[in-house]
Amino acid sequence: MHELAVCQSIVDQVSHIAAEHQSTVVEKIYLQIGPLSGVEPELLESAFPIACANTAAANAQLIISRLPIRVRCRTCHAETEATANRLICGACGDWQTTLISGNEMLLERVELQTEH
Amino acid sequence: MCDTCGCNITPGNKHLIEIKGKLSRTADGRAAVDVLQGLLSENDHQALHNRQHFDKHQVLAINLMSSPGSGKTALLEATIETIGTQLNIAVIEGDLETENDAQRIRAKGVPAIQIATGSACHLDAHMVHSAVHQLDLKSLDILFIENVGNLVCPASFDLGHHRNVTLLSVTEGDDKPAKYPVMFRAADAMLITKADLLQVLDDFNCDNAHQNLRNLANPAPVLEISAKTRQGFEGWINWLQQELHHYRQHLARGEHLRPRVQPDGHKLHDAGHAHHQHSHS
Repeated sequence: MHELAVCQSIVDQVSHIAAEHQSTVVEKIYLQIGPLSGVEPELLESAFPIACANTAAANAQLIISRLPIRVRCRTCHAETEATANRLICGACGDWQTTLISGNEMLLERVELQTEH
Repeated sequence: MCDTCGCNITPGNKHLIEIKGKLSRTADGRAAVDVLQGLLSENDHQALHNRQHFDKHQVLAINLMSSPGSGKTALLEATIETIGTQLNIAVIEGDLETENDAQRIRAKGVPAIQIATGSACHLDAHMVHSAVHQLDLKSLDILFIENVGNLVCPASFDLGHHRNVTLLSVTEGDDKPAKYPVMFRAADAMLITKADLLQVLDDFNCDNAHQNLRNLANPAPVLEISAKTRQGFEGWINWLQQELHHYRQHLARGEHLRPRVQPDGHKLHDAGHAHHQHSHS
């Protein structure tokens, strides 16, 4: 249940970006979330309206890209898809892999209403 | 870790670093800003600052995480009894309410700061920063941060610590690493605690717990210990001493030690703050 804290952080960042660009209205917020980030997109979506109330992001649309879990094997070098609790190589089965995607918790892009 | 060559930026987001902060226009004329920063950017900034404090005073900071009741405080009490005369230890305790854990630690003659989080389910870097300023870091070797008992939320917040130690008590089930992969993937050491109870339990298999951790591509050592009987304590104390040595070697080379796995975002944040130093002590 730390998604509200995450949402408050998003709203702070986005409000700051809007102010930097002389905007008072944030229209769209694009996030990238991977399953290994520890953040649940559905919970973010339900916490967001509480966090954004009375801010520049009050009517912003939250758009979340869910990224897949992918690993690279350190033994056979294959890149394969994996699941959250089974990050082993899909080709040779070795557990010594490196995560190449799936732990993202990123603010990717913000779209703002501006006067210009 | 490397903040300059970008070796810790993943192939998945590398191309986006170059466009960070760029302003463009959408087809219908809105301003679009490509940001690409961690969702917890403020926390990550504070964590970086905390780590600078620790590194300035050469204090190894260890984040202890587990379910409630898995024996974090008992582990600390036994650790202090075992090496408290050789190493200077302090503890930051995180709980929703009460000073109970800090009082237990102080009774062992070690400074302890209690953080009462209220309803918050995790510690964050700001809470740790406030607690750190109540400690005399100059006199310390190891700072333990006992996180709120919770296998979910604490894994998402960098506190500025150097190592994660995750406890799994034998009454919880050997499949906990499979059920809570985000937490256990981040462990730099996994302690199977209350191991003295193994002789009366027939449903906890240490090999299974070990395998479930490896399935998360985590090479961390797995130590079976008991704070009560001190079974396996030699291995735990050795690990601590090795990590302290390793940490000081890193500092001597001008490098900064971090947990092996960290929440995403810090690498992007650090890239923008590589030359940003904090001066207050």
